Amino acid sequence: MAAEKNLLLEFLLRQGDNALILGHRVSEWCGHAPVLEEDIALANTALDLIGQTQMWLGYAAEVQGEGKTADDLAFLRDAWDFRNVLLTELPNGDFGQTLMRQFLFDAFQSVYLARLLGSSDETVAAIAAKASKEVAYHVERSADTVVGLGDGTEESHARMQAALDYLWPYVGEMFESDAVDTAMAESGVAPDPATLREEYDALVTRVLTDATLTIPESRFAHKGGRTGQSHTEHLGHLLTTMQWLQRAYPGNTW
Amino acid sequence: MYAQMVKSTGSGVKSRDEMSDEERAFQDKVDADIKIEPRDWMPEGYRKTLIRQIGQHAHSEIVGQLPEGNWITRAPTLERKMILLAKVQDEAGHGLYLYCAAETLGVTRDDLTEQLLSGKMKYSSIFNYPTLNWADIGAVGWLVDGAAIMNQVPLQRTSYGPYSRAMIRICKEESFHQRQGYDIMMKMAQGSEAQKKMAQDALNRFWYPSLMMFGPSDAESVHSAQSMAWKIKINTNDELRQKFVDQTVPQAEYLGLTIPDENLKWNEEKGGYDFSEPDWTEFFEVLKGNGPCNKERLGDRVKAWEDGAWVRDGLLAHAEKKAARKVAAE
Amino acid sequence: MKNEWPLWEIFIRGQHGMSHRHVGSLHAPDAEMAIKNARDVYTRRNEGVSIWVVEARHIAATVPGEKGPLFEPSESKVYRHPTFFDIPDEVGHM
Repeated sequence: MAAEKNLLLEFLLRQGDNALILGHRVSEWCGHAPVLEEDIALANTALDLIGQTQMWLGYAAEVQGEGKTADDLAFLRDAWDFRNVLLTELPNGDFGQTLMRQFLFDAFQSVYLARLLGSSDETVAAIAAKASKEVAYHVERSADTVVGLGDGTEESHARMQAALDYLWPYVGEMFESDAVDTAMAESGVAPDPATLREEYDALVTRVLTDATLTIPESRFAHKGGRTGQSHTEHLGHLLTTMQWLQRAYPGNTW
Repeated sequence: MYAQMVKSTGSGVKSRDEMSDEERAFQDKVDADIKIEPRDWMPEGYRKTLIRQIGQHAHSEIVGQLPEGNWITRAPTLERKMILLAKVQDEAGHGLYLYCAAETLGVTRDDLTEQLLSGKMKYSSIFNYPTLNWADIGAVGWLVDGAAIMNQVPLQRTSYGPYSRAMIRICKEESFHQRQGYDIMMKMAQGSEAQKKMAQDALNRFWYPSLMMFGPSDAESVHSAQSMAWKIKINTNDELRQKFVDQTVPQAEYLGLTIPDENLKWNEEKGGYDFSEPDWTEFFEVLKGNGPCNKERLGDRVKAWEDGAWVRDGLLAHAEKKAARKVAAE
Repeated sequence: MKNEWPLWEIFIRGQHGMSHRHVGSLHAPDAEMAIKNARDVYTRRNEGVSIWVVEARHIAATVPGEKGPLFEPSESKVYRHPTFFDIPDEVGHM
């Protein structure tokens, strides 16, 4: 029972931390986007992701059963406790890199959340029901933007290709599976991500082809985020900023 | 307010005898509270003054994203982060509505943006002050948005239709801003000693800059008289400042915070508070570019605009290609 | 600026079956992005269930100078309004 609980907790942290860390990254754009309309749209994406974080980490805290809250999990864990894929913690780079990262993640989420709708865990299914509507819009928007910039000017094309080349080695980690995934698949909570790669590749290839971009041939994948074994150096800095007030004034309410 | 010291063109209000027939018909409409719409005849001065005023207001919303945006990544809870993000996003929205209103007068948003970035057009002095602790986010909502609302509510009745409609939409969204600010202040003022200290520190730093937002006394100003005759300015700066102080003092008392003004005293006779004037020398220095954050604020905007050029160009180029392909296919 | 995105007028139909109503404008490179931007800019507070976008330059409008001939003649046709007719109270609601 305890082992089962821990596996579910691990799964929930992966979902929540992906949303939290990417939402945080996207929120860094606020006030700095290339045009007002994009600024507003990015803020909407960040808001959706942080909203999803509250649901996933809220449930994670409940499953953990130590009387903690979603905020405790977000603001009081250290980097090695985080279970987000490395892709989400990478720096924003230019607008193109941010949107490429968003698309590569949205595409995964759109495939993955669709499966979670039928989860044997009712709470997981309910969270997926809300989040999948948001993600359906995110992927449409980020895909359009990737296509627009890939098939735009010479400069925008070059920048998008550079973004894809940089980010592609971080795609594979989303499809890594381990004991947690096997357990989730067996209990019908969530699919084994390894089984979703084909569907993902079809979607991503279609969009990147429209964008006139070339997918790198190498299948090499950086990993270590979703297991917590080895994050990038970037995560520590992100957490230092994000967690500062809670760490500096422990126990205060805000 | 977000538009400080907007100079109207012309030398003052004309008497009816001095007006041309068109000017008289225009003024009659304004006096009768009939809205002026984009394609209606309007005096050139009215158009120019409005462009300046609405543009400055829009710029203030956009630059105003920055001091609060400074705390989005450090907001102390997930909920606070979302509220703040939604609030700063609203400011981008308000800037957008206002730029669109200005565009009906025959300028483009890009023109206005370039005038902001080159320093030719101004934005409100308040956004050149730093946000140094988390309570500043409360103080900005409570005081800065509170002061802005003072000015924006009457502007819903302004004579220019698109401006009035933008203000109606903005006011509807804005009361959320002031309340979320006060909500933060309440939490801080009732919190730990450190939080109380943050709250008082924020009030100390934002009090006088908030009073400056209304601009110097304009009772004698010919520009203000003209703007008021045109109903693009509804109250004098002093009226609004007084109203703001009268409204804010009891709110500060409720929080248990001290307004940093030894001369603050209820004046029974005038039915309002007596208070100290802000340091107007400082105000003019800030307008000239010598505020604590002028360089950073404008620098951030310039960088965002320049870094974004390839994105704007790229997406437009794609739209043009797509349209051309569609035509070719037909 | 030659590279500025075109201006679009945005019309939104709210929850309760009313017609699409003009809510404002925005810039977008094309119609598809205009719809998406409208969703992000103008429905943040759950304002709509349907969006129309029209590029501003395609809107034809009445000329302000013709307001008199266009709209004043209907002022005298008060019989078009239901309140023009007195119906006795005994008849009930009509």
